[in-house]
Amino acid sequence: MTDKILEVRGLKKTYGGEKKRGFKGLTPKLDVLKGIDIDIYRGDVVCLIGPSGCGKSTFLRCLNRLEVPTDGKILFEGTEVNEAHIDQLRQKMGMVFQHFNLFPHMTVKENLCMAPVLLKLKDRPAAEKRAEELLERVGLSDKANVYPASLSGGQQQRIAIARALAMDPDVILFDEPTSALDPEMVGEVLELMKELAHTGITMLVVTHEMGFAREVSNRVIFIDEGRIQEDEPPEELFSNPKNPRLKAFLSKML
Amino acid sequence: MEFFQNLAADFVNQFEMTFITEQRYMLFLNGLKTTLLITLAAAMLGIVLGFCIAYVRTTHDRTGKLGFLNLLCKLYLTVIRGTPTMIQLLIMYFIIFGSVKIDKVPVAILAFGINSGAYVAEIFRSGIMSISPGQMEAARSLGLNYTQATWKVILPQAVKNVLPALGNEMIVLLKETSISGYIALQDLTKAGDIVRSRTYSPFFPYISVALIYLVIVMLMERLLNIMEGRLAQSDR
Repeated sequence: MTDKILEVRGLKKTYGGEKKRGFKGLTPKLDVLKGIDIDIYRGDVVCLIGPSGCGKSTFLRCLNRLEVPTDGKILFEGTEVNEAHIDQLRQKMGMVFQHFNLFPHMTVKENLCMAPVLLKLKDRPAAEKRAEELLERVGLSDKANVYPASLSGGQQQRIAIARALAMDPDVILFDEPTSALDPEMVGEVLELMKELAHTGITMLVVTHEMGFAREVSNRVIFIDEGRIQEDEPPEELFSNPKNPRLKAFLSKML
Repeated sequence: MEFFQNLAADFVNQFEMTFITEQRYMLFLNGLKTTLLITLAAAMLGIVLGFCIAYVRTTHDRTGKLGFLNLLCKLYLTVIRGTPTMIQLLIMYFIIFGSVKIDKVPVAILAFGINSGAYVAEIFRSGIMSISPGQMEAARSLGLNYTQATWKVILPQAVKNVLPALGNEMIVLLKETSISGYIALQDLTKAGDIVRSRTYSPFFPYISVALIYLVIVMLMERLLNIMEGRLAQSDR
């Protein structure tokens, strides 16, 4: 576990403070991330927890540059994450969104094949074969030729995970993957993520599912006020919280 | 009884005067051809133009690039939407092409196409903006660049969303071409007008012209319905 896959140094993100239409002067400033330093190693399953608005989603989105950091440095597999090779880097850094964001005008299979084929990572037959394997793995082989609108939320999220996997990424970022789901569908998605964690792929998961964090992750990171407050194995963090903020947060969650 | 006989006779007489005498149906037929030609060509020009402008404007909004082009597009939109179509047509014919001998049909196509482009641009732009930002993010997160994401993910959905509004604009365009007579172009409306001035009887020529427009519009609506149905297969 010494193979560093992500290295973050002094990551800061400030919203606002810019000129914008419909605003007099500058928009109000909001410091979301105030300097984050962290190393993620290959095979890590990291859960990011914290009160809403603490910056955990912003942190995740900075990693693949869906949010452009204000300051700081991110290295992914030794390459700096900046505008220059962002498209190449993203191919190896999958993302799963809270609202699935499947492409509604494509069939499920096409959702999985489109990017690998378009980016010439695979030819079409190979991509389709891989898509079928992945659909099998997420238990939705029978849905290959339907459109996403006909699927339940849980099914859509499983397809979204398969879509991320279709790129054969080294890391997958999960941005609150179960927060938009009906309670009875949360289980199927968490189950799939648990299986995924056992395959050894590196995962960063922003979540409110404490049970999942405790059971599946090997590191739990507690973020509050734009800073990492705790970075511990789950047993340690949940059974013996020292940080008063973490204590307060956990008492509300559990 | 006699009243109805007179009425029928009058009807036949009027019909003959409007369509048969001096082969006047040819006037209507040629007028219809001109109207359809202008509409079709102007629609294509307008769609191409509108699409390019919408692309420039949304790309500028989202990435901050293409500043100068964006400014040009905004100027174009302001001028074209801010002046009457008829004035634009007159300017195009009498000023821009005033000193050269040129066929009137291409002039009308250019004028109507440029005019329609401004409206189509805003239609496309609203369609592109109606797609949730999550779609762009999902496409980019897979490693597609901005152009690939736009063409593969955003535009197919946007076009589907704007189809009703686009159809509406095409219908407006068809009827707008009826002012072509102002540059002495013999379109369908002008044909009716010419016949009226020969027969001194306005009823038949104008009602006929109105009915022909109506039928074309109904056909266009039909076509649009079929296209919408095809694109709706991904809906629930």
